[in-house]
Amino acid sequence: MRKIAIYGKGGIGKSTTTQNTVAGLAEMGKKIMVVGCDPKADSTRLLLGGLSQRSVLDTLREEGEDVELSDIRNGGFCNTLCVESGGPEPGVGCAGRGIITSINMLEQLGAYDASENLDYVFYDVLGDVVCGGFAMPIRDGKAEEIYIVCSGEMMAMYAANNICKGILKFAQSGKVRLGGLICNSRKVDNEKEMIQQFAILLGTQMIHFVPRDNDVQRAEINRKTVIEWNKECPQADEYRSLAKAIDRNTNFVIPKPLPIPALEKLLMDYGLYN
Amino acid sequence: MSEPTTTLTTPDPAAVKAEMLKIYPAKTLKKRSKQIVINEPEAPPEVGANSRTIPGIITQRGCTYAGCRGVVLGPIYDILQITHGPVGCGFYAWLSRRNLVRPPEGTTNYLQYCMNTDMQEDQIIFGGEKKLKQAIREAYDIFKPKAIAILATCPVGLIGDDIHTVARQMKEELGINVMAFSCEGYKGVSQSAGHHIANNGVFKHIIGLDDTPDAGEFTMNILGEYNIGGDAWEIDTLLRKCGIHVTSTLSGDVSYDQVKKAHTVMLNGVMCHRSINYIAEMMEKKFGIPWIKVNFIGAEATAKTLRKIARYFESKKLADRVEEVIAQELLALKPVREEIKARHQGKKAALFVGGSRAHHYQDLFRDLGMEIVSAGYEFAHRDDYEGRRVLPTIKVDADSRNIEELHVEADPLRFKPTRTPEQITALQSGGFSFKDYEGMMVEMKKNTLVIDDISHHEMEKLIELYKPDIIGSGIKDKFVIEKMGVPCKQLHSYDYSGPYAAFGGAVNFYREVDRMLTTKVWKYIVPPWEKDPQHSAELIHASKINGGKKNGESKGWRKPAVADAEGV
Repeated sequence: MRKIAIYGKGGIGKSTTTQNTVAGLAEMGKKIMVVGCDPKADSTRLLLGGLSQRSVLDTLREEGEDVELSDIRNGGFCNTLCVESGGPEPGVGCAGRGIITSINMLEQLGAYDASENLDYVFYDVLGDVVCGGFAMPIRDGKAEEIYIVCSGEMMAMYAANNICKGILKFAQSGKVRLGGLICNSRKVDNEKEMIQQFAILLGTQMIHFVPRDNDVQRAEINRKTVIEWNKECPQADEYRSLAKAIDRNTNFVIPKPLPIPALEKLLMDYGLYN
Repeated sequence: MSEPTTTLTTPDPAAVKAEMLKIYPAKTLKKRSKQIVINEPEAPPEVGANSRTIPGIITQRGCTYAGCRGVVLGPIYDILQITHGPVGCGFYAWLSRRNLVRPPEGTTNYLQYCMNTDMQEDQIIFGGEKKLKQAIREAYDIFKPKAIAILATCPVGLIGDDIHTVARQMKEELGINVMAFSCEGYKGVSQSAGHHIANNGVFKHIIGLDDTPDAGEFTMNILGEYNIGGDAWEIDTLLRKCGIHVTSTLSGDVSYDQVKKAHTVMLNGVMCHRSINYIAEMMEKKFGIPWIKVNFIGAEATAKTLRKIARYFESKKLADRVEEVIAQELLALKPVREEIKARHQGKKAALFVGGSRAHHYQDLFRDLGMEIVSAGYEFAHRDDYEGRRVLPTIKVDADSRNIEELHVEADPLRFKPTRTPEQITALQSGGFSFKDYEGMMVEMKKNTLVIDDISHHEMEKLIELYKPDIIGSGIKDKFVIEKMGVPCKQLHSYDYSGPYAAFGGAVNFYREVDRMLTTKVWKYIVPPWEKDPQHSAELIHASKINGGKKNGESKGWRKPAVADAEGV
């Protein structure tokens, strides 16, 4: 079982990219569980065809100790298994602690047991690694492979670099490794080349360049992944390629985060300030 | 223990200090050396007090929550106090400090209760405000209290529960006083921060709510007196004999209603300067009530304090009465004191406790002709050591800035000093000092050792080198001290006895000290290493470094190898 976590700047398209990629892998016949680690509980909407009705934490609150795996795990597109960790409303409580509780609960219930025959677990983690709770998937070997979604925009690259610092910290004490950058294009000049270079400097690879295509939004409005919505469209093939690249990937590294001046120089070199 | 007692051969304090420090790694040594100073009563040297404790030294200190809940607010017996937090922190909500109360017939007393929201993982994740409101409603329905206080523990601050808004909402809903204290345990370097937070809350939410003064020709409050073992009752009785009425004792055997009218008195007397000077200062600014330092611990100190109070009121009648009472009390006390003094004169005591007790209890030992070889506070600030005159020079660091300083102005209607500025000036020019505390060090002998936030290691060295006959301390080190064959009196809780305040209390203390010093129990204790010298212990890391080989020299304490490696 490969355990993958997707990180990246808030709003970069982590959930969309994760679900579309998972659809590609599922289409290949892989058995996958997706764990949404965002208090908003909207990481599995496209796979489920709508928002998940019950998050792990909600169920835990309502049912108390007596929780079954089937109470918190829903079947989605192409036999994917979907779980939403859930969490508090913005501004109250501790969402990070919620993630920890919820992943522990999944473990206790045997969601990762060999008998589940999972090929992949995907953790879709909110925004930046803001506190210990959000680092949970990369601690204690919960996730072993990280992919960072980014674009050629400065703040997205800045966030990616910061996430690498987090990975570095945990990689030294555990098994977690960086699998690559996924460039979710924002149509920035020289974007592909810049991210490729950025990946090299970080010691990793750009595993796929996902072009910008409004079909993604169309599928989203229909609460579907692109592959489910229109399996013939070119964007569906992009996600299939990304899924294949991840499936074949053997390039796992401890990243070398860049000092800020080096990051700025990269942006200059690739013409952001021409 | 086997050698004859070598009374009055006090070791060189500089050598003791060096001996205490030499085991420490460089950084610890530097910091601790500022907290261990050799006294110079004429010009007390600076003490590195109220600074962060070094992890691992085994401190006596408590947390901010303990200071707020357990010390200042806790003893107000009819405020229903709810600890918002996990159930373990709630233990402190069950006052185990022997703050005695005897509420009048028909009044409520919540002191023996322990109210807690029992915060669990669910509240940590989703916030605990709802559960807190539910707890308040439930408590109100059952007890119908006059006032409710909410006290925050660490996780409440971490997850950001807005307890002040909850308090405001519940105040409206229930129509009673509901107040919140953000006294999260981690907030300060010790419980001292909690005292300040409690002072702010009591001043902001309670004092001044009732303008009806108590009847009495001479009225005052006793601030910083917690009625451990009945101390406040002794003081109260004594003052009443003299004709002085105590409106409010903060906080010992005191009701919410008494605190509400604390601002109607003519004078504030401050016992524990550290824990309550904030309220004294704020009451002076807002209501014009002057404060003076008082001390009812020790017969001489009590007499001095009574005369000081009488002098403030400038009444011949009161002064005469006070002299009468002092004479009467001393008549009963002196024979007991002289008898006990004869047995123990010249013996050595050391005190490591509190924020005022390590100072006040010196007077009791001095009554018996005993000598204080070393003393230090657990959580006091520089002014409690060196006197208030150093206040302007105390550096405000990030830890102190963390605690709110209330901005207080004179109340336009209620600022009514009972003494005119001329009277005050006249008193002052006669040598009467207002709002002053000279600190512990001016009253201690030259070359005594002052140790702030003493560590276990330093305590062991102190016992080894000074061989004190008795130590006054707290529960955290009491039994360590007694295992070393030195009797230890807990001065937080008084073990199981008291009161020790005023004249009656002093007699109790003399008898207690006599009992502790004459008991033969220490002679019958043979420590295991003397019974069986082969039974040796070794530091784990030292043996690891030696490759598991048994070190020949294994008896007694050795400097850990780690400290060696770091270079001292």
